[in-house]
Amino acid sequence: MLRFLFGRLWQSLVLLVIVSVIGFAVLNLAPGGPLSQFALTPGMTQAQLARIAHQMGLDRPLPIQYWEWFTRLLQGDWGRSYRDNQPVLAVIWSHLMATLLLMGTSTVISVIIGTWVGVLGALKRYSIFDYAATVGAMVALSIPTFWFGLIAIYLFALRLGWLPAGNMYTIGDGSVLDYAVHLIMPSLVLAFVNVAVWSRYMRTAVLDVMNQDFVRTARAKGLTRWAVLTRHILRNALVPMITLLGLQLPTILGGALVTETVFTWPGMGRLFLDSLGYSDYPVVMGLLMLSAVLVLIGNLMADIAVAVIDPRIRLG
Amino acid sequence: MTDMAFKADPAPTQRWWQRRAVKRFLRHRLALFGLAIIVLLVLACVIGPYLLPFDDLYIDLRARFSPPFTGSHIFGTDPLGRDLAARLFMAGRISLLVGFAAMLISTVFGSLIGILAGYYGGKVGAVLMRFVDAMLSFPSIFLLLALAAFIKPSPIMITLIIAATSWMEITRIVEAEIKSLRERDFIMAARTLGLSNSQIMFRELLPNAMGPIIVAATLTVARAILLEAYVSFLGYGIQPPLPSWGNMLNGAQQYLDSAPWLAIVPGVAITLAVTGFNFVGDGLRDALDARSDIA
Repeated sequence: MLRFLFGRLWQSLVLLVIVSVIGFAVLNLAPGGPLSQFALTPGMTQAQLARIAHQMGLDRPLPIQYWEWFTRLLQGDWGRSYRDNQPVLAVIWSHLMATLLLMGTSTVISVIIGTWVGVLGALKRYSIFDYAATVGAMVALSIPTFWFGLIAIYLFALRLGWLPAGNMYTIGDGSVLDYAVHLIMPSLVLAFVNVAVWSRYMRTAVLDVMNQDFVRTARAKGLTRWAVLTRHILRNALVPMITLLGLQLPTILGGALVTETVFTWPGMGRLFLDSLGYSDYPVVMGLLMLSAVLVLIGNLMADIAVAVIDPRIRLG
Repeated sequence: MTDMAFKADPAPTQRWWQRRAVKRFLRHRLALFGLAIIVLLVLACVIGPYLLPFDDLYIDLRARFSPPFTGSHIFGTDPLGRDLAARLFMAGRISLLVGFAAMLISTVFGSLIGILAGYYGGKVGAVLMRFVDAMLSFPSIFLLLALAAFIKPSPIMITLIIAATSWMEITRIVEAEIKSLRERDFIMAARTLGLSNSQIMFRELLPNAMGPIIVAATLTVARAILLEAYVSFLGYGIQPPLPSWGNMLNGAQQYLDSAPWLAIVPGVAITLAVTGFNFVGDGLRDALDARSDIA
């Protein structure tokens, strides 16, 4: 188990280094680079630009710049925002919880509904329900999340007036109920796509497990259908789903960011767009890196969870 | 396909529509439905602008915000009084073209990296695949937006950026496929015959991996259309006055209450196109998979 843990940890660290190289490359690929922000200032001369570049160390060879940037990153110094000179980590931190709240709620919803739809589809294979779920999942995957959000706002906020059109809380209120009401629409919109993915994989996983010998044994023992389903089929079908959840993390995070922009949800996606508008390179870079780090951590946790649950993985 | 080996001369006498995969595809109702959607959309976008009495760039401020079916504006007009139908069809040309071109680029590039990584394996394969893993660690929408915001957007640039953030899935699929094919007897035979590495890769391995590549490519078109729509919706993609389905939605949110058709019409077009490609991709997967049991 320890060897497995170290192996996975090592792989994640290697990935982190590659991820940082890609992030750094994206930053430096951009024409003009970080200085393009200052170049727009009226009265800026070439000499002044060169001085700023020298001050910021941007005139040194790229590998040296990368090394300094990466070592600082590891020490927790992610630079300062161009907009208000706040430390990047603090800026991101203040937006992180909103995103995690949205992602968490929506993931719980989609796992519950998706499991139910997937299991029912597998148990009643080729039934009308199964067919409708299959087609429905594919249509759900095809609807652009941001557009679905717009339509939901039109229907439930503007026409029916049931739910708020955006934001995380009403100014001056901020009770738990107020947060919950604001959370309903964005988390359901985000869950819509994820239910589709989750239910498809769940259906396959249940079908895989359903015909295995231990299920036949459990049935032959005379266990009730419910006991066979929950204690034998579901428990085994859910193991590959943990890995899937890890692999789906970038997609869920991406979806959350898209949803945030439509619902003016004050999370990382909103911050990312605002920072792009201000050419706030350090924050954009910070968000790019942090999202990748979150994904790496998520994958690592999923792998460890599977290894803890399923002893076959550790041996392999 | 196993029974074909026993026929004397199956390949030349068999027409393409008699092939088993084609037959299977034609029996797949959803796939045919998807194909019909795509054909209709393409026809509408190619022919539509010639049939409508309006130019997509013609501004008529007296007819601003006309709801659908006002006079001959079947989908209504936008805040500048431009005909929404004319814009929709012209936008479709751009959006479909961007989606298709991005698919071509990412499929060729992704397959190439996948073949190299799968065939050579070892260190080369490990380095290439770790790079793929790292690219997949970013939410692609972040990478896409960062690139699109920093680089001056033009339709070609947007296509390249979308391709740059969507080739990795294909690489993973191709690499896995090539890895399993590499150990088969016919590759051993090819090697014994003295074929060069590139001949083995592109003449022997690639044709045998074509099935999964075609499926992934179809799904990539759907993905690319979605990505273009989102980036343009946020204003970093295709720039007006050139219309695209995405940038038609840009600004639709502020008129959502008074002119909801501005949001509904382009969104339905995007959904239809993406659904079409997803249905076809699913049908192709069933048709090309020899293990699938519907035939």
